[in-house]
Amino acid sequence: MSFIIRGRVWKYGDNINTDIISPGQYMSLPVEKQAEHAMEAIDSTFSQKIKAGDILVAGSNFGSGSSRETAQMVLKHHKIGAIVATSFARIFYRNSINVGLPVVEIDTSVIQEGDDLEIDLLVGKVINHSQGTEYKGTKLPEHLIEMVKMGGLEPYLAKKLNIS
Amino acid sequence: MGMTMSEKILARVSGQSKVSAGDIVWVKVDIAMMHDLLGPWLVDAGFRRLGGQLFDKDKVVVVSDHCTPPATVQQADILKFTRDWARNQDLTYYYEFEGPCHQVIVEHGHVRPGRLILGTDSHTCMAGGLGAFATGIGSTEMIGVLLTGETWLKVPETIKVVWEGKIPHGVYAKDLILETIKDIGHAGATYQSIEFSGEAIKDLSIDERLVLSNMAVEAGAKTGLIEPDEKVANYLRSKGVDEELDLIRSDENASFSRVLYKDASILEPQVACPHEVDNVHSVSLVEGKPVDQVYLGSCTNGRISDLRIAAEILKGKKISKNIRCLVVPASQQIWMQANKEGILDILTEAGCIVNMPSCGACGGFTSGVIGAGEVVMSSSNRNFRGRMGSPKGEVYLGSPATVAATAIEGKITDPRKYLSMEVR
Repeated sequence: MSFIIRGRVWKYGDNINTDIISPGQYMSLPVEKQAEHAMEAIDSTFSQKIKAGDILVAGSNFGSGSSRETAQMVLKHHKIGAIVATSFARIFYRNSINVGLPVVEIDTSVIQEGDDLEIDLLVGKVINHSQGTEYKGTKLPEHLIEMVKMGGLEPYLAKKLNIS
Repeated sequence: MGMTMSEKILARVSGQSKVSAGDIVWVKVDIAMMHDLLGPWLVDAGFRRLGGQLFDKDKVVVVSDHCTPPATVQQADILKFTRDWARNQDLTYYYEFEGPCHQVIVEHGHVRPGRLILGTDSHTCMAGGLGAFATGIGSTEMIGVLLTGETWLKVPETIKVVWEGKIPHGVYAKDLILETIKDIGHAGATYQSIEFSGEAIKDLSIDERLVLSNMAVEAGAKTGLIEPDEKVANYLRSKGVDEELDLIRSDENASFSRVLYKDASILEPQVACPHEVDNVHSVSLVEGKPVDQVYLGSCTNGRISDLRIAAEILKGKKISKNIRCLVVPASQQIWMQANKEGILDILTEAGCIVNMPSCGACGGFTSGVIGAGEVVMSSSNRNFRGRMGSPKGEVYLGSPATVAATAIEGKITDPRKYLSMEVR
């Protein structure tokens, strides 16, 4: 996992919940099939237009609802660079860190679709190259930085359990 | 400064005499719960890469409920994988075709006051209705729990919601929680616990307390606790739990982030409208909205007391010809009890379809998903766009009484006109 992420913004609103990101009716399908339906309830073009490294920007309460990690799985399948939101739902935020999907909290109201964002994950800094501005976001909690540096919970556990 | 229920439980499971909101603690898990859809088939590869040794086969409980009965070959494959995994791991507790996991672990005595329960489902918080600290986690996090029995938690602040007064005729726990979520907002309790208390909560049966805790996550909360009392002790004794219980309670001088006082005596039946659970209005404002399907069931409101209310309303009546009414008891035990009481006959004679206990259409998985343009009145817990099937459908949430009255008229209906004064 890289700690500097730069990509194009796709902008969404508030309350993008897990049923929107990963609809229940497709959850038993292989991840590549599930990914075709990601976000389709609010944006039927999502899975075609999204490109590796793109950044999802949303309003408040991103990822509310279910604990389903299929939400992270489909976004990782599309190789989303990071998610930047005004706020995240708790379980989604925690799961994202555990699977190494970068998440940053900043007030996203001024960010526009198509903006070119650069994120420094460890210090919580976001540069908007399109607007020539810089935002201070939330920093990762200290106790999680080591885990994120190692690439998520599984590599962290491997070290803790002494498994090579 | 005293401690809240959450702080007391997290102090115990982290081996400390005192913790405070904001502390990060390493905790020992009492029960790790997984269901079929977010369980073994997702965790197995990582679990095996990391050694594949369970921390305690008595403390890992697996319930197959989302893919039961399987509607597709993929679901059948997941169900088989889950069953085989449980067998290969020699789990002491594996349940399938018994009903939604949150109800099953309550009925089988796994949920006890003061326990820490982590499950791969956001509605794991339902166990707080019996005084357990219970919350949803992801499948990757569960891998760590399965291997070590531990994880880290941030001790949450607690919002105390005090429901005073007597609950009026035709108003139920579902109406209380919908009003609470409307007040707090769907993200208003994010990172926090909710503790429900007050006279109205004490008066509630175990069945109804579970409704409140089940939906705490719909306000963003980590868990939703209710102080356990003799009702909880009696319930667990009836389920064969004979150990001494820790009837834990918040200290008088505990610190709460916020205290909300609510008056149950003036509450009317409430309905959550599409597509957020905090989009709540009194039933009078949405009355008359035509529906295509009525859904009475789920871990939220498919318990025996819910079916009794529906039977009271539907006895000797017929549901509207314009709709179908699906009834899904929340467990096999409830199904059998309802059968014994003649409730299933009453509901079937009224024109309802009784399905087997499972997560079913509540999450858009099996047995009654909706198509584009269809409207559902449901007793379940979530009305997000696409939740029960087509993203072009609409889901309204209400109490079992509101659901049953709606079934009769084929449009959203205030249940009070169908209830005799003795019902509550």
